[in-house]
Amino acid sequence: MTDALYRDYILDHYKNPRNFGELQPHDLEFHDHNPLCGDELGVHIVVEDGKVAGLRFHGHGCAISQATASITSEELVGMPVEEVSRLGADWVIEQLGIEISPTRRKCALLSLKVMRGATTGDPSWPE
Amino acid sequence: MASVAGGTPKARARRAPAVQPFADVRADFPVLQREINGHSLVYLDSAASAQKPRQVIETMERFYSYSYGTVHRGVYELGREATEQFEGARERIASFVGWDPACSIFTRNATEAINLVAYAWGRDNIGAGDEVLITEMEHHSNIVPWQLLCEETGARLRYLSVIDSGELSLDELDEVLAEGRVKLVAVAHVSNVLGTINPVGEIVKRARAAGAVTLVDGAQAVPQMPVDLGAIDADFYAWTGHKALGPATGLLHGRRELLQEMRPFLGGGHMISRVERDHSTWNELPWKFEAGTNAIAEAIGLGAAIDYLARIGMDRVREHERELAAYALERLPEVEGLTLYGPDGADGRGGVVPFTIEGMHPHDIAELCDREAVCVRAGHHCAQPLMRCLGVGATARASFHVYNVREDVDRLVHALGAAREVFEL
Repeated sequence: MTDALYRDYILDHYKNPRNFGELQPHDLEFHDHNPLCGDELGVHIVVEDGKVAGLRFHGHGCAISQATASITSEELVGMPVEEVSRLGADWVIEQLGIEISPTRRKCALLSLKVMRGATTGDPSWPE
Repeated sequence: MASVAGGTPKARARRAPAVQPFADVRADFPVLQREINGHSLVYLDSAASAQKPRQVIETMERFYSYSYGTVHRGVYELGREATEQFEGARERIASFVGWDPACSIFTRNATEAINLVAYAWGRDNIGAGDEVLITEMEHHSNIVPWQLLCEETGARLRYLSVIDSGELSLDELDEVLAEGRVKLVAVAHVSNVLGTINPVGEIVKRARAAGAVTLVDGAQAVPQMPVDLGAIDADFYAWTGHKALGPATGLLHGRRELLQEMRPFLGGGHMISRVERDHSTWNELPWKFEAGTNAIAEAIGLGAAIDYLARIGMDRVREHERELAAYALERLPEVEGLTLYGPDGADGRGGVVPFTIEGMHPHDIAELCDREAVCVRAGHHCAQPLMRCLGVGATARASFHVYNVREDVDRLVHALGAAREVFEL
């Protein structure tokens, strides 16, 4: 069965999230939640030569928030930290490859929010 | 069904034939004619906010169209009519729950009603070393105002635990009260998540014997069961109209002596008796606590909602809620991986059934139910401390009102099965 939102790869990343867990020791970390549903997500990042050498997300949430963290984590490893801080909402939605309704937007943006929190200290929602 | 006009619920009951439960009331709710995603609407989120019967909508439309004026001001006919309808609604609403209209204050919602008490009573009566006792099953609206009060006064906020049965322990209540520091007990009449119907009359009695003032959050109770405030005898009782088939306007019922002693909550027009350059004196109850222009049409609309419920009869509404909850508790376990929360059986719970499904987040459950036009709530239900007690971040929740039927539960069970297929569970 093919669902417009819950595509096979979304469900795969939800059920088998990449780069999940803790990373000790780590250089950067941030933890936040979605006030609408209480979902929580944290990140540990190891930085080498100004790049994201490793990262792990941890927490709990819906398929959209967990799959987004997993999918984007694969792109984020190896990315210059400075570039991470410039990523916006459009980049996340593009990585996801599905249409996100306004009610699920924060689910999709939570992982970038914590990434930016860790790399820039800015806890605001990405636009 | 007869159209809604004025009159007390009692007088109306004699005039109008009783509404039969409950398939025939469905025709009164225009929203139920909607189709979403090719399916007829199944609305299972009344604990968040209930749908409105045309009697409420038409009453408000009629008022706005032909009788609108502000209340307690105009000497002209419209002002008189508006005042009469507004105060008439207050009287019927107060009588519906068995309380004095002069001690029944219109607020924006239940949250504002509780904040009114925290501000206008709490700041003058709670101090350092005192304790405010709430419970782990409270809605944020009966937590955060007390957190703010305790932060400001140096008082301590304590929680009665929710035991495994989803209930409160009266023994624990006695133990905490016996320590002698509790000044206020604030408790939900019916839990918005678990559905637990708390023995608030007994809690009030024990709290009063220990010298504590009591506040009951009745937001989930008044809409779905008979509530007699005289029998419960709490010092304050807060609820809101939008869950009771009416518009969003709240009520605070309070004990006269306390309301008279209290300072006002908000200052402004209408709540004064006389304004001098450097001080003012206050209007009589209940207007002392109703600063500014009221939500007039909302109050009148809530009067119509109360008339509607009174005509059905709250005993029958309660029985309907109990039957639907029982049916949901019977059918939902057919869904593989589903966990139910709350008291065993439907006798001790309101029309609300929270659940989770292993391998599927509640947010995704609600999204997939929506594909079949089944509206359920997902999230923390404004009860994050309770979610932590249950060991979950969120749950899905189905809740019922007069317009729901057993087929709605069947549709939910079907939608959950389809959701499991999408998730390949």
